[in-house]
Amino acid sequence: MEPIIKFDKVTKRYGDLTVLDRLDLDVAPNEKVSIIGPSGSGKTTVLRLLMTLEKIDGGVIHVDNEPMTHMPSPGGTLVAANEAYLRRVRGKIGMVFQHFNLFPHMTALGNCAEAPIRVLGLSKDEATGRAAELLEMVGLADKINHYPSQLSGGQQQRVAIARSLAMRPKIMLFDEVTSALDPEVIGEVLEVIRSLATEHNLTMLMVTHQIGFAREFSDRICFFSDGRIAEQGAPCEILDNPRNERTQQFLRAVLHAT
Amino acid sequence: MTFEWDYLMEVLPLIAQASLVTIEATLGGFALAAVLGLLLAVLRSLRFAPVRVAVSVFIEAVRSTPLLIQLFALYYILPGIGIIIPAMACGILALGVHYSCYCAEVYRAGLDNVPRGQWEAATSLNFTTYDTFTRIVLPQAVPPVVPALGNYLITMFKETPILLTISIIEMMSRALIIGKDTFRYTEPVTVVGVLFLLFSLTSAWGVRRFGAWLTGRWG
Repeated sequence: MEPIIKFDKVTKRYGDLTVLDRLDLDVAPNEKVSIIGPSGSGKTTVLRLLMTLEKIDGGVIHVDNEPMTHMPSPGGTLVAANEAYLRRVRGKIGMVFQHFNLFPHMTALGNCAEAPIRVLGLSKDEATGRAAELLEMVGLADKINHYPSQLSGGQQQRVAIARSLAMRPKIMLFDEVTSALDPEVIGEVLEVIRSLATEHNLTMLMVTHQIGFAREFSDRICFFSDGRIAEQGAPCEILDNPRNERTQQFLRAVLHAT
Repeated sequence: MTFEWDYLMEVLPLIAQASLVTIEATLGGFALAAVLGLLLAVLRSLRFAPVRVAVSVFIEAVRSTPLLIQLFALYYILPGIGIIIPAMACGILALGVHYSCYCAEVYRAGLDNVPRGQWEAATSLNFTTYDTFTRIVLPQAVPPVVPALGNYLITMFKETPILLTISIIEMMSRALIIGKDTFRYTEPVTVVGVLFLLFSLTSAWGVRRFGAWLTGRWG
């Protein structure tokens, strides 16, 4: 099957620091991929480049058989994408952030309905209907009129998931979505992601430190080290029989800590 | 030197009437400053370098020259190049443009305080730049800086006597005219001072209430 996401020798630098080094990564439609690795290994950058939050320094990212970071020029070559082109391709992707990034001046319902109204052009009724449905799905039917400041971290993160889903993306990115949460509410957020994975046709990419969740959730785990994929494969291969020495080291440290 | 209350009561209505001109100039000038300042701040925050540089140069130039000179420039030079506007419009324009550059700095502080995550969330939801500003960023950036903007409202108010240089009869100007006729300056100028104090205190209170209301609305 054609991959829905294709990183082709993607390089990203911050000044002298090379965060991603000619990265190749293919993700199949509907595949669930977890990205693990030590901090500074470029995991989050993969998601941020996909969401076009960062500019790419080399290579091309294709999404859905279209170049994402670049667009075809009249001469047939690829040139850097302009804002109009980015806005078209970006709609295929939704992202959930570590710190939720909910809009503090809008209710849960407003957070979820705003983009469908403004960006997709849905009517107000249609958008609030869709938003209410999604908030119910994440278990927050009784909180739709609450402001983010009135919600717990776990609830805020579930609103953020509903907000992304309201845009009907094909691909969902989860960037350490439980890292800022208190331990007792991590479960409720993971439960929502788990049900998304089983009940919807979504391609999902997740950067996580929850190794246990990655094992049951993922079709594939990629271990990142120094801006490259050091090792990847089915969860049982990577987690139980890591061949790469760095993977072994990392897993020892992580599993020892929990 | 005696202070005559009868005389004071006599000039009070005249000065109170002139205070309407002062208030009109202040409110008009501040409305312009608030809107233009926001526009300048937003333009300067854009990634498009030529606009950013042009706006910065404009703000620096305006802030580095006296209001009096800008007022004269508008009042005496504009007609020379065929643009004739009434003195009041000219005064409001000068006050508004001058203070817009200070307001732009205030708005900038507000914009800088909106976390980067808000912009990123807006990008990830595919908002246009316009919607990102009007729906997401400005509703968060503006309310916290309302008190600081209010300070400029009061500062501007106190600077309106400068308008007498382009023959606008506001409070101070009226007091000086009365003084010139009667050779008694103490009472009229005292009235002007007290009115300034009264108005300043009232608007400071109003600005505080407005700011509290704006922030309180978010629950």
